[in-house]
Amino acid sequence: MTSVWTQLEPHLAHVEKPARYIGLELGAQRPEHGPHIVSWLLTYPDTYEIGLPNQGLQILYEILNERPDAAAERAYSPWTDLEAIMRRERIPLFSVDTHRAAGEFDVLAFNLSAELTYTNLLNCVDLAGVPVRAADRRPEHPLVAAGGHCTYNPEPLADFLDFVVLGDGEEVVSEITAVLREWKVSGRTEGSRQAVLRELSHIPGVYVPSLYEVDYDGPFIREVRPRFPDVPERVEKRTIADLAAWPYPRQQLVPLTEVVHDRLNVEVFRGCTRGCRFCQAGMITRPVRERPAEQVRTMVADGLRRTGYDEVALTSLSTADFSGIEGVVRDIVDDPAACGQVSVSLPSLRVDAFTVGIAAQIQKARRTGLTFAPEAGTWRMRQIINKLIREEDLYEAVTSAFSSGWRRVKLYFLTGLPSETDEDTLGIAELARNCVEIGRRYTRNVSVKASVGGFVPKPFTPFQWFGQNTLDELTRKINLLRDATRRDKALQLTWHDPKASLVEGLLSRGDRRLGPVIEQVWRSGGTFQEWSEHLDLGLWQTAMSDAGLDLDWYVHRHRTEDEVLPWDHLSAGLHKDFLWQDWQDALAEVGLPDCRWTPCYDCGACTGYGIEHVVASATPPAGGSQGTGQDLSSGHAVPVELRPRTPAGARS
Amino acid sequence: MKALRIRYSKLGKIRFTSHRDVARIWERSLRRSQIPIAYTEGFAPRPKLSFGLALSTGYESLGEYLDVFLRPEEAGDLDLAEVPDRLAAGLPEGIEVQAVVPLDAGAESLQQTVTSCTWHIEIGGVGPADVQRTLDVALAATELPLTRERKGRTVTDDVRPAVVSAHVIGPTDGPHGPGTTIEVELGTQPRALRPAELIAAICPPDAPWPLVRVLRVHQWTQAGGARREVLPLPSAATPPPHAEVRAS
Repeated sequence: MTSVWTQLEPHLAHVEKPARYIGLELGAQRPEHGPHIVSWLLTYPDTYEIGLPNQGLQILYEILNERPDAAAERAYSPWTDLEAIMRRERIPLFSVDTHRAAGEFDVLAFNLSAELTYTNLLNCVDLAGVPVRAADRRPEHPLVAAGGHCTYNPEPLADFLDFVVLGDGEEVVSEITAVLREWKVSGRTEGSRQAVLRELSHIPGVYVPSLYEVDYDGPFIREVRPRFPDVPERVEKRTIADLAAWPYPRQQLVPLTEVVHDRLNVEVFRGCTRGCRFCQAGMITRPVRERPAEQVRTMVADGLRRTGYDEVALTSLSTADFSGIEGVVRDIVDDPAACGQVSVSLPSLRVDAFTVGIAAQIQKARRTGLTFAPEAGTWRMRQIINKLIREEDLYEAVTSAFSSGWRRVKLYFLTGLPSETDEDTLGIAELARNCVEIGRRYTRNVSVKASVGGFVPKPFTPFQWFGQNTLDELTRKINLLRDATRRDKALQLTWHDPKASLVEGLLSRGDRRLGPVIEQVWRSGGTFQEWSEHLDLGLWQTAMSDAGLDLDWYVHRHRTEDEVLPWDHLSAGLHKDFLWQDWQDALAEVGLPDCRWTPCYDCGACTGYGIEHVVASATPPAGGSQGTGQDLSSGHAVPVELRPRTPAGARS
Repeated sequence: MKALRIRYSKLGKIRFTSHRDVARIWERSLRRSQIPIAYTEGFAPRPKLSFGLALSTGYESLGEYLDVFLRPEEAGDLDLAEVPDRLAAGLPEGIEVQAVVPLDAGAESLQQTVTSCTWHIEIGGVGPADVQRTLDVALAATELPLTRERKGRTVTDDVRPAVVSAHVIGPTDGPHGPGTTIEVELGTQPRALRPAELIAAICPPDAPWPLVRVLRVHQWTQAGGARREVLPLPSAATPPPHAEVRAS
């Protein structure tokens, strides 16, 4: 075993933020390696500051290290200054835990949370001294794997990945370890790489791209089929039935240097059935699985005591929906052990006065800013995207915020949504201006920040058939909004670079033919594309035309119902005809209520896997319209509504 | 007892953390050890801690200092003898508590009390004789002008008064090749002279000595006309055996 530390050390005095390369975090482990132990290098293909807090990676780090037959360490992309030194001095990619060379691990497992990190993945594999193309790897090379939300369409990375995991990783990593242990013990002989991949493909949730053949029909895909009869035609995602069985991370890492989300994180539920049609996370993580409130309290109390953090985030896709959220928050804030110094943050606040009430309970002293995500500027548009909050809900929430002492409100919006008109776009400015007006009634120092992102359609959402707005169109819409918000100093508009949305759009719905494109961009130095100073659209445009591919066809084209999508041989549990029907409902401006508190409409996520929602409260939380578009007073049951669906027989 | 004054070492890999990082590490470690720290008043309460002279990122130290202000109502119950062990449990590898003393109201702040620091500086690729010659020239000079950027302006100061002493300890032959270790004492009032600044002032600008290792060995204060360490190591405790050796 070799540690690269002595090679690395003399150079660290000459790079930016060297503390991100030393490890030593509270919770860091130095696992034992050996001939019978499968070693995983869990890698986040972006900087340490972005990657360290990733909870998925930390959960697997602990689960694997608890196993006697596995060892897991962590790696992150070195920043460009260190990378130049590593290449010059021939220092390979290394783990931060023991500074072990990446090439000595059995698996390089990447967390893919963002498409713009794909070129960094290639860079990490290359820095590890491993051939970037899976087909060029030999028995002595590690297997290159990926998990995370982007893997629901891993096809653009098919040339580079040996295997891919779909869905929750808690259980499947152990099953994979068992198979790899046999392989390792048998000596990883010549030809065994293909055999072990074949074996892995039999594990539910594991997808081996090289075992599938893609037939094309002109630019379209005719069929994706397994090369062998024992390889599944369709790979289903993995879902853990009960979050209570997985109270991880138990030993959350506490970094020595500044990172994003630098606080204790406790996941209160996984999955979301609000049904926002633009939201891939909400679609692919169904059903809702709440953690028991008592376990949340224990994890918070133990976590704060162990870490010394003074902030805890209760994480989920919509934390105000957690059953009994008020009580949990009250207990954390009032815990005498916290000495009144612990703050709670609730990422993804729902837009209603109830939520502001919870926030008021938390932020007794520091009422700095509150964030809401109405996502669209008009009711028509919000029906299309199924974010069924009424204008009154937003104004009540904002009134409640300003009247309880907040002075800054941040609003998140998307533009470039299906069938969006300029009236819808300008509705964003209108809403934001009205919020400023409300604020002025309570404070002179009102500040409203409207943040606008260009919409990127994602696989396994009802909008997967939608042609993304062009760069020109997104730029035009942002300019419309800039003009409409210029006059008022209290209203600040920020926007996401439409060029980044374009590249993200290409990769999110791309197919295997993008492999050479990604490789060329990487070879031309196109790493850290998530970072505005590094994003280089020109590299992508050149690589697309060199590969004879049409950016417009991939990104801006509406797909038809009968088109074979590049990810059709993978499954997030959702029936394709459910998604298509929801797309049609969207275009008809029809909303769909949350199925947690209404009858099932059979999207497939529960029924297909024989699992259920785990929700402690049979009634939705109090206040506002609850995203159902219905006016609900506190604690009442939601009226039952039966919706006609496609007949069951029509489903394939 | 109003506050605790803590002396600690910073050695090995952890030297790559910044002064700000170390402040954050201490805040969390103090909360973990449940020492009753006082918080600042106001909108965004922060733990009341007061750090001494900043140690540059990448430098190591055998004697760093920190004052921790306590909540008056609970400070009386604190058993001082237990504090080092309680802190040790929460601190990362490479930061080690060496001494803790109570501090009374009216005590001088660390910034005020420290007048000079002794450093061991390992210079790579230069032999002892060459280093000694350069030091002799510098010490014989009446002025040592140093030009540096400060708040966006270029300022030239004479740093000679801040060089209390400088001499060669001997040759070194570490993993990074042969070199020379020197011991220097540098003044900190009104403004601390840093080792890298000293080297910049005494070397030709186109050939500064590469610094392999910089270790702060002592921080001195004046008492009754003599210099003494701000907090001497307790007599019972011998310096940790690896103190002069890299922890990593």
